[in-house]
Amino acid sequence: MLEHHARLVALFDYAREVVGRKKLQKMVYIAKKLNFPFGEKYQFHFYGPYSEELTLRVEELCNLGFIEETKEKVSGYYQYRYTLTGEGEQFLKHYDLDLEPLKDCVTSMNEKPSRMLELISTILYFDHLSNGEIVEKIQVVKQKQKYTEEEIEEAFRYIEDLKSQQ
Amino acid sequence: MLQQLNEEKVFKDPVHRYIHVRDSIIWDLIGTKEFQRLRRIRQLGTTFLTFHGAEHSRFSHSLGVYEIVRRIIEIFQGRPHWNNEERILCLAAALLHDIGHGPYSHSFEKVFNLDHEDFTQSIILGDTEVNSVLKKVDGDFPRKVSEVIAKTYENKLVVSMISSQIDADRMDYLLRDAYFTGVSYGQFDIERILRVMRPKEDQVVIKHSGMHAVEDYIMSRYQMYWQVYFHPVTRSAEVILSKILHRAKALHEEGYTFKLEPIHFVSLFNDDVDLDDYIKLDEGIIQFYFQAWQEEKDEILSDLCERFLNRRLFKYMEFNPNDHMEHWHRLYTYFVKAKIDPDYYLIVDSSSDLPYDFYRPGEEEERLPIHLLMKSGEYRELSRESTVVEAISGKKRTDHKLYYPSDLVERIEDQDLKRKISEILEL
Repeated sequence: MLEHHARLVALFDYAREVVGRKKLQKMVYIAKKLNFPFGEKYQFHFYGPYSEELTLRVEELCNLGFIEETKEKVSGYYQYRYTLTGEGEQFLKHYDLDLEPLKDCVTSMNEKPSRMLELISTILYFDHLSNGEIVEKIQVVKQKQKYTEEEIEEAFRYIEDLKSQQ
Repeated sequence: MLQQLNEEKVFKDPVHRYIHVRDSIIWDLIGTKEFQRLRRIRQLGTTFLTFHGAEHSRFSHSLGVYEIVRRIIEIFQGRPHWNNEERILCLAAALLHDIGHGPYSHSFEKVFNLDHEDFTQSIILGDTEVNSVLKKVDGDFPRKVSEVIAKTYENKLVVSMISSQIDADRMDYLLRDAYFTGVSYGQFDIERILRVMRPKEDQVVIKHSGMHAVEDYIMSRYQMYWQVYFHPVTRSAEVILSKILHRAKALHEEGYTFKLEPIHFVSLFNDDVDLDDYIKLDEGIIQFYFQAWQEEKDEILSDLCERFLNRRLFKYMEFNPNDHMEHWHRLYTYFVKAKIDPDYYLIVDSSSDLPYDFYRPGEEEERLPIHLLMKSGEYRELSRESTVVEAISGKKRTDHKLYYPSDLVERIEDQDLKRKISEILEL
């Protein structure tokens, strides 16, 4: 019961804090692509892979008091900060999730800027294509972000690093 | 020049009155077996068990989305940012956007780990009648249609006509679902919205003067979620449906011998579904098996099928995981003692388990919001201008329900056990 919710709570437990909804979306997507058992369905949207199911589930976790959402104004726009609550910790105790390998992955992703996670998740979204085709695809679907060659190379390297840790 | 029909064809439609077809390619797509299959898949899955009128199909919805896009294009003609060479691409993508849906697709996708969008891509790009028709436009046309539907096409304006927070898909399903369920709150002034839509570089925007019509659309969307899409009785039917599929799969994995070999399910059970198998699935096939499985010796499978077909649904209570976690653990134990398998008869269902979405203002670039085009030429996000939309955006929109079979609880012979369960379930 509510295993998908519990896995998300575990992610917040490992991350301690996630700043930004976009960042959260991309972290879960990347973890899912690395075969961690997140069940949220993703589709490609304007800003890359996005899961409405995840958005609503996070809203549920906030309403239940398992995570706390803080809205902060940052240079003209709003940003959301998520932290695990005591109730969330209690909730997690009901589950034996065996997600320890997720910890390093989450910690590492959490240190990356959301712009980079957006690029990484977009690369993973097109991972059925060759690397050359992926680069072409990024230049089409992420034209506005103007990713540099260095950033794209870094993203590919990072994906290999994450995969080698599995 | 694309071939046109000698005479315009029209379909009578209860929502849009008429659906107009002039392009041969659209007419031919409608005639393909993959598109005709959509007649045999209900748009709202199990909702007909709550709202008996909700028998409409994905076929009629797909035609409706096509018709809305056709009308949007008429409004966009000659305006900046609109490239009329994209016209037939928009129409084909609108018509085919749901081509990969299967019967009761929400439950099927969850249980068998499928994604109808993958099948949409396969039907458009694979060896199918749809693909053959699309290739008549040009060899690259199927790829473009598939990319528009997958939202990865380079022209974001085209994508946003079919998939955005105010798109032809949503506008049709809200009006159509309201019409067929018979509810009065799904209505909004689509003619007005279409008239105030404007093409921009990356998306469709709405002239500020049309804001109130869009407010109505957002309100109707909000009400339809709670009154129709999140209806607890429909969710009960959906819970039973998914448990039937789980049970059948589990029995297959145990090596159970079905009285009627479920040949249409074997590739699903084995996580090895190919396109031919998938296209054969429709609601007729599924209902046939459910009828047959009522006669199975496995009591859980036969009981769940009998419940689904005869609408003997589970009862429900509000469930707050924060307060009721201990209750749930106790109930689980009591159900085991009462020999009612809790894995099939004690289910928590959450709003996030449902496949619908609320309007989101797109903070932190989470999702592209609806933009109003102001007189000054600048864009403003809808909820910043509309207090109505702002108010709805901040409301609590989640719930959790615990589903259980009250009739089985009633039949528990151990009176002490029955009393304990009844107390928790407030029976």
